[in-house]
Amino acid sequence: MKHTALCSAAVLLAFSHWADAEPWQQSGEIQVQQRVFGHSVDRANDAPAHWQGSAMVEPHWHQVNDTSLTSIKLFARIDSHDKERTHWDIRELSYLTYWDDYEFKIGIDKVFWGVTESQHLVDVINQTDSVEGFDGEDKLGQPMAQFKAVKDIGTFDLWLLPYFRERTLPSSEGRLALPAPVLDAKYESSSEQRTLDFAMRYSHTIEDWDIGLSYFDGTNRDPYLLYSSESITPFYAQMWQLGADIQGVLGDWLIKFEAIHRDSLETHFAMTTGFEYTQVGIFDTVMDLGWIAEYSFDERDNAPNQNDLFVGWRIALNDMDGYEVLFGVNQDLDSHRAFSAKLEASGRLSDSWKWQLDAWAFASDQPSSPLYILKDEDFIEVSLTYYF
Amino acid sequence: MKIIFKTALAAGLVAVSLLNSTIVLADQDKGLELAKLRKQADSGWQDSQASLTMELKNAAGDTSLRKLRIKSLEIDNDGDKGLTIFDTPRDVKGTAFLNHSHAVEPDDQWLYLPALKRVKRIASRNKSGPFMGSEFAYEDLSSFELEKYTFHFIEETMLDNQPVYLLEQVPVDRYSGYTKQRVWLAKTHYQPLKVEYYDRKNTLLKTLELQDYQQYLDKIWRANKLVMNNVQTQKATTLTTTELVFKTGLRGNDFNKASLKRAR
Repeated sequence: MKHTALCSAAVLLAFSHWADAEPWQQSGEIQVQQRVFGHSVDRANDAPAHWQGSAMVEPHWHQVNDTSLTSIKLFARIDSHDKERTHWDIRELSYLTYWDDYEFKIGIDKVFWGVTESQHLVDVINQTDSVEGFDGEDKLGQPMAQFKAVKDIGTFDLWLLPYFRERTLPSSEGRLALPAPVLDAKYESSSEQRTLDFAMRYSHTIEDWDIGLSYFDGTNRDPYLLYSSESITPFYAQMWQLGADIQGVLGDWLIKFEAIHRDSLETHFAMTTGFEYTQVGIFDTVMDLGWIAEYSFDERDNAPNQNDLFVGWRIALNDMDGYEVLFGVNQDLDSHRAFSAKLEASGRLSDSWKWQLDAWAFASDQPSSPLYILKDEDFIEVSLTYYF
Repeated sequence: MKIIFKTALAAGLVAVSLLNSTIVLADQDKGLELAKLRKQADSGWQDSQASLTMELKNAAGDTSLRKLRIKSLEIDNDGDKGLTIFDTPRDVKGTAFLNHSHAVEPDDQWLYLPALKRVKRIASRNKSGPFMGSEFAYEDLSSFELEKYTFHFIEETMLDNQPVYLLEQVPVDRYSGYTKQRVWLAKTHYQPLKVEYYDRKNTLLKTLELQDYQQYLDKIWRANKLVMNNVQTQKATTLTTTELVFKTGLRGNDFNKASLKRAR
C-alpha cells in the first residue's frame, strides 16, 4: 500500500509540474463524534459500556486546470477505545486528464456504481471502511488506472486495480465488534494483496432510463468470515461478477433495479429493486417528502438481505439550514423479529458548522441471522463537523 | 314579439361572445409575438460561464450567502443545458447539478454528490420545489421556451419610468407550481423587468425584480441582479451575477454525466 501510494504521489507530482501552475485549493472537515449505546455488553473485553467517542479530520486539496484535475484527500480518525477504528487512509491521490470524448485517471480514488439506496450490490471497486461508518457508505481509497470513453452509443469505462485493500473491522476493544477476536486475513490468491484486478462498465442514458452493465474480475471485497472456537479469520476469495443497474424516471417516480451474478467461493444471484417517490411541497409548505421502498433477494440463506424489505421516508425542509430527516426500516420477511431501523437527521448551524444525528436499532432472535450479533448494539451517534 | 326579442338577444349574445373571442385571439397573437421577440432577442449567445452569489433572507431578516457557478449551453429547438457547481455553504462544496431542459417534456436532471462520488437522477416532473433552499423554484431557473406557456397581451404601460409590455403567461404543464405569471417586458430589449408568480390557488406568491441590465456581445441583455420576494412568507432571495462570459467554447460533452463528475 505504502509503495503504491508513493508511486502515485511521484506520478501525480510529475503530472502537476507539467501542467500550468494553477493554485491548489484547500478544503476539508474536522469532526467530533460521540456514540451512546443503549445496552452494556457483558463480555471479557475492554469494550465501553455505553460511551465511545472519536475525532476525525479529512483535509482535501485539489488543482483544476483546463484539461486536468489533481486531487488529494487524506483521512484520519482517533477513537477513544477501538484501536482498529483509530485509523488513517489516503482517500484520494489522483490525476485526471481529459480530451475530446476521453478521460484517463491514475492514482487512488473512489468509484461508485449503482442506483438503489438500501444496499449497493453492483458497487465493488472500493473496499468498505466498515469501522468508519456503520452503514457501509464509507470506502477506502483504491489504487487504479481508469480509462473512460463517452460515445453516442454510451459510456465505456475500464479499470486496472493494482493492490487489494482489506476491509476494516472493529476490534473487541470497541462496540459493534464481531463476537470473537479477528486474526490476520487469508487469501485464495497466492499473490494475496498484490493482485491486479480488472473491471469494466458500460452505461448509457436513453431518455428517461439510466442503465449500467458492469463486470469485475479480482479479489472479492466481501470477506468470508471463518469461525473457529476462539477466533475469526477473514478469508478473501477470488471472484468474477456481472452486474446490472437500471433506473427509470416515470413522472414523480424513480424506479430502481440492481442485480448481480457473482462467482466466488459460492456462486449466487442477488438483486434489489424498488422505487423512490417524492412529494414536493407537502402540507402547503416548501417541504419535500420522499418515500423509498426496496425489496432485496439473495440466493444465500445466510446473507444479510436474503429476503428483506426496506421502507424509508425522507423529509427535506428546504430551508436555509438544509434540515433533513431520514427514517428507514429493514425488515427480514422470513422472520418478523429480525429487523434494523435507522434515523438520520442533519442540519447546518452556520456556513461552516453542521450537526448530524444517527440512531440505529436492531432486533433478532435467531443466532444464525447476521443481525444477531448486533441485537444489543442499539446506538445513537451525534457528530459535529466544521468545514473549512 | 317575445320570440323576436329572444332571437335578438341570442344573436346579440353570440355577437358579443364572438367579439370577445376575437379580442382574446388578438391578445394571444400579440402575446405570442412579444414572447417570440423576447426569445429571439436572447438567442445566439452559444454558451456562457457565470459566477453568482445567492443571498437567502428569512422573515426575521437573517441572511445566508451561497456562492455558485453556472455553465450554460444554448440548444436550438430545445431547452438549454446547464451545469451548476456549488462552492458554499462549505458542506455542499463540490456538489454539482446537471440540467438538460426541454420545451415540453420534463427536464432531465442529475445531482453529483462529491462525498459519495455518486450521480443521482432527479425526478423532475415536480419542478415547483425550491432550488437550494431559496425562493427560486427549479422551474424559475429553467430556460425560457415558447412551448411552455400560452401568452396573453394585457397592455402597454410604464414601470418605473420605463415603457413596458404587460403579458400574462399561463404554464402549459399541469405540474407547474403556478396558475399564471404576469410579466413586464421592457420595450427597448424585450427582456423581463418584473414577474409576478401566482400559486395554485391563483393568489400572488412571489415577485421577481430583474435589475442592473447589461448588454453582452452587442446584442444580449442580461440582468445582473434578480430579487425574488415571497409575499406570503416574507422570505427573499437575491441572485447576483458577479462574472459572466459568453462564447467560451463549451460543447455538448461538457454537459454529460462524465463532466458532471469532474466538475469543480
